[in-house]
Amino acid sequence: MIIPELGEYALILALCLAVLLATVPLVGASRGNTLWMGFARPLSKGMFLFTLFSFFCLSWSFLYNDFSVVYVASNSNTALPWYYRLSAVWGGHEGSLLLWVLILSGWTLAVAIKSRNLPQDIIARVLAVMGWVAIGFYLFILLTSSPFERYLPGYPQEGADLNPLLQDFGLIVHPPMLYMGYVGFAVAFAFAIAALLSGRLDAAWARWSRPWTSVAWAFLTLGIALGSWWAYYELGWGGWWFWDPVENASLMPWLVGTALVHSLAVTEKRGVFKSWTVLLAIFAFSLSLLGTFLVRSGVLTSVHAFASDPDRGLFILIMLAVVIGGSLVLYAVRAGQMRSESSFGLLSRESLLLVNNVLLVVACAMVLLGTIYPLIIDALGMGKLSVGPPYFNALFVPLMSIMLVFMGAGVVSRWKQTSITMLVQQLWLPGVIAAVLGIGATWLYAGELKPWVTLGMVLAWWVVLSGLRDLYNRLRHRREKLAGLLKQSRSYYGMVLAHMGVAVLVVGVALVSIYSEQRDLRMQPGDEITFRDYTFVYEGNRHVEGPNYTSDQGQIKVLYQDELYTEMRPEKRLYTARGNVMTEAAIDPGFTRDLYVALGEPLENGAWAVRVQYKPYVRWLWLGGLLMTAGGLLAASDPRYRKRMRPVAA
Amino acid sequence: MRTLMLWLMLLAPLSAQAAIDAYEFTDEQNEDRFQQLTNELRCPKCQNQNIADSDAPLAADLRREVYRMLEEGEPDESIIDFMVTRYGDFVLYRPRVNETTWLLWYGPFVLLGIGVLVVVLISRNRRQVSRSAADKPAAASGQYQASEALSAKETERLNKLLQQDSDQ
Amino acid sequence: MKSRKLFAFVPLVIFIGLGVFLWIGLSLDPRELPSKLAEEQRPVPEFELPSLTDPARMLTPEDLAGEVALLNVWATWCPTCKEEHGYLNRLARDEGVTIYGINYKDEPGKAREWLRRYLNPYKEVILDEKGSLGLDMGVYGAPETYVLDASGAVRYRHVGAVDAQVWKTLKQVMAQVEQEARP
Repeated sequence: MIIPELGEYALILALCLAVLLATVPLVGASRGNTLWMGFARPLSKGMFLFTLFSFFCLSWSFLYNDFSVVYVASNSNTALPWYYRLSAVWGGHEGSLLLWVLILSGWTLAVAIKSRNLPQDIIARVLAVMGWVAIGFYLFILLTSSPFERYLPGYPQEGADLNPLLQDFGLIVHPPMLYMGYVGFAVAFAFAIAALLSGRLDAAWARWSRPWTSVAWAFLTLGIALGSWWAYYELGWGGWWFWDPVENASLMPWLVGTALVHSLAVTEKRGVFKSWTVLLAIFAFSLSLLGTFLVRSGVLTSVHAFASDPDRGLFILIMLAVVIGGSLVLYAVRAGQMRSESSFGLLSRESLLLVNNVLLVVACAMVLLGTIYPLIIDALGMGKLSVGPPYFNALFVPLMSIMLVFMGAGVVSRWKQTSITMLVQQLWLPGVIAAVLGIGATWLYAGELKPWVTLGMVLAWWVVLSGLRDLYNRLRHRREKLAGLLKQSRSYYGMVLAHMGVAVLVVGVALVSIYSEQRDLRMQPGDEITFRDYTFVYEGNRHVEGPNYTSDQGQIKVLYQDELYTEMRPEKRLYTARGNVMTEAAIDPGFTRDLYVALGEPLENGAWAVRVQYKPYVRWLWLGGLLMTAGGLLAASDPRYRKRMRPVAA
Repeated sequence: MRTLMLWLMLLAPLSAQAAIDAYEFTDEQNEDRFQQLTNELRCPKCQNQNIADSDAPLAADLRREVYRMLEEGEPDESIIDFMVTRYGDFVLYRPRVNETTWLLWYGPFVLLGIGVLVVVLISRNRRQVSRSAADKPAAASGQYQASEALSAKETERLNKLLQQDSDQ
Repeated sequence: MKSRKLFAFVPLVIFIGLGVFLWIGLSLDPRELPSKLAEEQRPVPEFELPSLTDPARMLTPEDLAGEVALLNVWATWCPTCKEEHGYLNRLARDEGVTIYGINYKDEPGKAREWLRRYLNPYKEVILDEKGSLGLDMGVYGAPETYVLDASGAVRYRHVGAVDAQVWKTLKQVMAQVEQEARP
């Protein structure tokens, strides 16, 4: 079997193509040589095909249990079902990098195919920048983390099995979506660098990179939402966001990416903030790379860290220095020369969007500071400290609350100049209704008014109602209201959807953070506990055998107002290959609440430690994420992005 | 390489077990305080977990101590001091505000202040530019203006496109 | 316009600063915790626990004072402890180092059997079955090895196995502590 070797060779060939892609079209663009620029597209296709082939080779080794491959032997097992064997391809450091480059070359291919209406020198530069990024990652894999390494001469007969945490649907979908987002920002980055290189930083540039950025942002949103959902049901703690460095590594590019999506809109429509938008595009991708470094180098401790290795860390750091350092030098040299002459007032859609940008970037800086602060203090020899959820919550929540206030004002404001009278006239009614509905809803739900919950509810209504006010403004002067509704662009509805997603998310966060309840109990068969109208009756445990684990399954009957409502089966599994013990929580999902039961340790006399949780509106978190994702995709699908840029004179 | 080996040895296998103790509290307030405290104390042995979530034996010991002190009627501060004397500031997920952490706690607000200031300055600056440029007809009618990089033709093309957008 | 040009360099400067810290970070171990006892040169916390070899006899911090010594936290359930045990034997036998032991959260029977089988390098072993002394000392992962000065105060802590490399450091610390004691 030479499949793994073929995979490695394919990767080397892909690297060679990446080197060509990074140089030939770039030289062509600077010399105006059409032939050389023309190489960009075929080279992109070739790079993708070889990477895809390499990925297939690794998948093949997993599918057919080739344990002579070190990576396969340490991440798979013959008892593993085939779909987990396939997703195990990206279950470890090496394979997940291969997935990363596959997606990177996939995005490169997509740009090559979809951008036929772009000027040739721009597309040549964009693809060349993608090539540069790809070179870094191909080298990283080939030099430090090849998934194709073999055990020679002898090799194990059985694999060490995939980490049981990862034997789950979550692993199948979460990493690909997340990487689609991370790597997608490479496209926005490439457009920004191409624009800086060519010196043509204008509204057209913003228009070209807008749909790509929206798609990448949508995928990143989806990836983060899936990750949160996965952690919620799989880790057995019922938490949905831990402020772990790995999560922060995905949140930082998301925050800057969100700022970028808005800033691009301003640049496209009004031709301002050009250098700021370029900087955001550089930041968004840089933060994706920085996340890779934080997760894979071992400089920070994290629950989900990859087996870390300082040598790999050094390689990524050098790559960061080249990619980020290089682009920031280019930015410093070029952006200083840029001028924008479009004007806007202190109170205008532009300035309000700029405030939104500032808040998002400050929030991102705060997350970055908190994440690496222990490292900074340690590096300065000032001791060890930890920065955890209490810090992040204390700062993030107020920052985002301010942002929600501006969100409402932003959507109804006008370009160039908005008078304060106009804003007040537009917003007093939504404001009053939001306050009434928000306070009312909180009171109805909880019978009390805790400040943060009330604020969250009022702000959620504020976002919804100010959005409605904007829609009303758009339709006011149209005679045919329904036709007017249909006339609105997809990118407008994308924005509306994403903003509704934010409101839904805010409601979820506010309620689940404050009104979750948890009881840890010692339960003997026959014991029961009543909790928020639900009665949980523990009926004992049953022994269950799975394909690669054995399990103690708790039998819990749930009564709602004395009627049998459902049965819940939390498990405590022992995965035999590695001897890991895992909690499989039982969840009864609902639109307004989840019931969450997890099994702890067996205690004396046949009793078990049981954790019962009530999670109000927890589904709204991920529902909000899905709405935002849909909004991003809808906005990106707006037909005007596909319009050809025909010379007006022709 | 040696440090790597050491890590591998110290590294507990990644496991996800809910750590559940089933302590019985004298009152609900103590139970809430227990959840609050164990959620904000970091397990010194683990990768990055609080002692409430971790199933490491050390975390169980620390939870037991928190429980013991709570039931003995100790205030939160002395429980936190108890942990810090033994394991240092590392165990606090909520870093104390002191000269080491001023940057951490106040830095973002300073940055926010700078950001807002910049927005105000830019907007005012732009307004002056627009006033001084009022004699130029293009600026007054809100059309896209040619920056150095754009040829007149390109500008015209862009303005046409932008016109289409604002129709929507 | 000049200030604008300078502003364009701000992101680069911030990134360089960040990069320096990340680079330093690569050579740091985020998992390693400093010992509060050693930092503040505090004596071993108060305890009164039985001796492993002679459970009738109670040991207190006074039993650890008198000379510069090592204090080793171990248990039979800890594989790394087994790995370093041979080296501790050599230190006690060949280098004449005084080593005290804390048998941490272990079964006394198993621990005595271990010392019979693998030899006993310890001058005294404190039986800390519940782990209360370990907790007071801030032990977070066996094995740990502390350097005590003649008054019984903690001066240094190493987490992980003691081997030739680690011994070099420990030896240095011990020599330094001894030097300080001499006027």
